[in-house]
Amino acid sequence: MMTPILNNLSRRTVLGGLGASLAVLATPVLALTDAQARSLVNGLVNDVNRVIASGKSEGAMIRDFKGIFGRYGNVPFIAQSALGPKSRELSNSERSAYVDAFADYMSRKYGKRFREFIGGRIEVQGARPAGRFFEVDTVAFLRGENPFALTFVVAERGGERRFVNMYIEGVNVLASERVEIGALLDRNGGQVSGLINDLKRLG
Amino acid sequence: MPTSSELLTVAKRAAAVMAVVAVAGCAATPEGVDIHDPYEASNREAHAFNKKIDRGALRPAGNVYGALVPDPIDQGVQNFADNLGEPQNVLNYTLQGNLPDAVEHSLRFLVNTTAGVFGLFDVASAIGFAEDDTDFGETLHVWGVQEGAYLEVAFLGPTNERDLAGTFVDMFTDPVSFVVRYPEKGYVTAAKVGGVLDQRYEFGETVDSILYDSADSYAQLRLLSVQNRRFELGQAATTATAAGEEDLYDDSYFE
Repeated sequence: MMTPILNNLSRRTVLGGLGASLAVLATPVLALTDAQARSLVNGLVNDVNRVIASGKSEGAMIRDFKGIFGRYGNVPFIAQSALGPKSRELSNSERSAYVDAFADYMSRKYGKRFREFIGGRIEVQGARPAGRFFEVDTVAFLRGENPFALTFVVAERGGERRFVNMYIEGVNVLASERVEIGALLDRNGGQVSGLINDLKRLG
Repeated sequence: MPTSSELLTVAKRAAAVMAVVAVAGCAATPEGVDIHDPYEASNREAHAFNKKIDRGALRPAGNVYGALVPDPIDQGVQNFADNLGEPQNVLNYTLQGNLPDAVEHSLRFLVNTTAGVFGLFDVASAIGFAEDDTDFGETLHVWGVQEGAYLEVAFLGPTNERDLAGTFVDMFTDPVSFVVRYPEKGYVTAAKVGGVLDQRYEFGETVDSILYDSADSYAQLRLLSVQNRRFELGQAATTATAAGEEDLYDDSYFE
């Protein structure tokens, strides 16, 4: 079958790409039972829906999404993992500047597509342990689209559980961001300051 | 949508790749390596070419199509094109020895062709016969063929050695093409073109973000398509414990 250029990507994946703004669930619970996984995901979805329903300007919504990202996701982890081993070389001030620029970039990149979430819902299938993490399997139902599979990876640190990654129909969002951040770093000759400037501009 | 001479080019390229595959015996993917891309240099050339085609033709055509054709109609065109793909789904599921899905897609074709008015409406999905397309690449997978090297092919986009061989076979074994004659064949082609343009329009923002907003669109597309294809084939490593992904979860990234 002819599959010009991008159509090899199934619609579920493609659409799912934007789900990364949902890659942000967190909770201060101590045991991730199915019921808790469900309330975790529902909390995230409700927060996102509340922002969308607020009717604020896009800029204000993106600021709100950044807050949700920080509340439910382990942003320092996601940012540093996206940068890879290089993140171990950063000074404290470089690290915090990079993490903040990364959070802005992610919030813009996915937040500006909030319209695709309107009327959407995410159903939790269950939670299970996966090595040092928990994984929450969900199915996302977006308006006018086939349902697609989302798996959230949750890590516990300091008694809090937050998202560190998600898989959208098998596509690893963190790996995708590592490709992106790695290419930006290369473009800047390995200089993190240049990368930070790019992140402020992109997304 | 490619013209006949472009199709010929694709066919020639496919044949050339097939020859390579035959010689290489569908090189096995090395253990523990996420993506096997020995042809990266030529793949990147094809990627640059595909981006030009998208920018110069597919994207503008998709936008025109999206703007001119009202939603219910483009959905109908898409359904019509999808329905014409069902006999091939049935053929491939049968070859895979997957009789439940072969039966389900036969029913989809029957229901949508009749109650769905020649496939314009997807009644089958509404009554619970799920749409789950397959292809000869998946058939080869079921038969034990490994994906081989990653490939990006002009006009076709991202694929791999196994799936490209599958695409080539699918091009010549579509049951619909043996039944439908001119001029109806023209409508079939038109519907398929419409379906492609509709998809380019519908997923415009996502496609744009991958092709034009990524710092390395080739690497980004490669990662997405390889992982998604493995997921479709049920061989995805969709957990944080998967081999080859340890560094993503290194403890040093925690504060």
